[in-house]
Parts: sequence; C-alpha cells; structure tokens
Amino acid sequence: MHLQVLLFATYADAFGATEIVLDLPDGATVGELVTAVRARAPHAALPPHPLVAVNHAYASSGSVLSTGDEVALIPPVAGG
Amino acid sequence: MMRAAIVSRPLDAALLLAEVAGDAHGATTLFVGTVRNTNGGRAVSGIEYSAYDSMATVELQRILDEAASRFTDVSIVVEHRVGTLRLQEASVIIATAHAHRAPALDAQRYVVEELKKRVPVWKREHYTDGTREWVGATS
Repeated sequence: MHLQVLLFATYADAFGATEIVLDLPDGATVGELVTAVRARAPHAALPPHPLVAVNHAYASSGSVLSTGDEVALIPPVAGG
Repeated sequence: MMRAAIVSRPLDAALLLAEVAGDAHGATTLFVGTVRNTNGGRAVSGIEYSAYDSMATVELQRILDEAASRFTDVSIVVEHRVGTLRLQEASVIIATAHAHRAPALDAQRYVVEELKKRVPVWKREHYTDGTREWVGATS
C-alpha cells in the first residue's frame, strides 16, 4: 500500500520535503513504517523511536496501518 | 463554552475573556505566553511558530475535553498562534472561567502543561546575530 507521511520542523528540514510517499506491505505497523523511513533518512535525521501520529492521534509502534491513513512523524513539540 | 484553535493572526486577550464570560462565573483567569528576549543565554529577536494545524486543533480539543471532565462546568477558550512573532507578542492565550477560583486556576494550569507536552507545534528561534535554530530539537 502507498502511504503519504507528513514531515514537520526538523524532520522536514532533514528530508528537504514536507511529505514522502512510502510503499509498504498491507498490514504494516507504525514500527515498520518508521524502519522504512529511517532507511531513507539522511544520517541520523530521525531518532529510533520518533513520535508518530495516525489520523491525528498519537499511535504506538504496534498499531496497524491502512490505506488512506494520514500518517505524520512528530518531532519533539515546543508549543507555548 | 469550550473552543480551541490554531490561528495565524495576532491574538486578542479581550476577545477570549469575553468568550468565557458568564453570569454564573465568579472567577476568570487569563494566561498569556509571550516571546521572550533570551533563551539559554542567547539573545532572541523573534520566534517562528509552525504547527501540524489539523492535529494540533484536535489535540487541543482533547485537552479541553479532559479538563471539562476534571473540572465540571469550567469554560475554556485557547488559541495558539503560528507565524513569525516579535518580542512581547503572544504565542498562546488561555482564558478559563468558573463559578469558583480553584477550578478556574487548576483548569488553566492543566491546559497549558498538557499543551506544552502534546500539541504538535514547533518553534524556531531567531537570534540577534542572524542565526536561527529549532527549539527542543534533539536532531
């Protein structure tokens, strides 16, 4: 399945893009997505366990992804 | 009244205070987060805020829902601004109101602390020497 992954702040800078598209097997998990993104990442651009949001909620690494999910990698937040 | 928003215009505290106003309220609080001129010993000239707008709005709404269940009958309005802000400009304003002061104050503290932990907003500080850096970034 194709999944768009949104990137922000330091992650967007590291990839030079605000989104990337990944091709993952059906039933892939958030953890597997992170592994796939890290394989494409410039050196050390992503920590081993970045925060991931799926459909606007934080998701654990075991969460199963579906086609059409809105996935985002969330750098350490700094609001306020 | 419960409302949360990410906005790209200057924040107006008076409008938020008016939104939470009510005849039943004996206590109203206002928290204003502003751009400060130093951080970590470096001279700051401004801060550029960005957000994952759609999720930030949803996450703020979740925080308000949690506050509503902890502090019955509290009114809360919160706005977080994105864009490039100058010194003293408000980046976030939280207005709370309740019949009594304790829930009004506690709800305000709850919202600001959870916002800082969970809401997907980022800031890049601009320094007086012309450099810029993301804040809180580990990589």
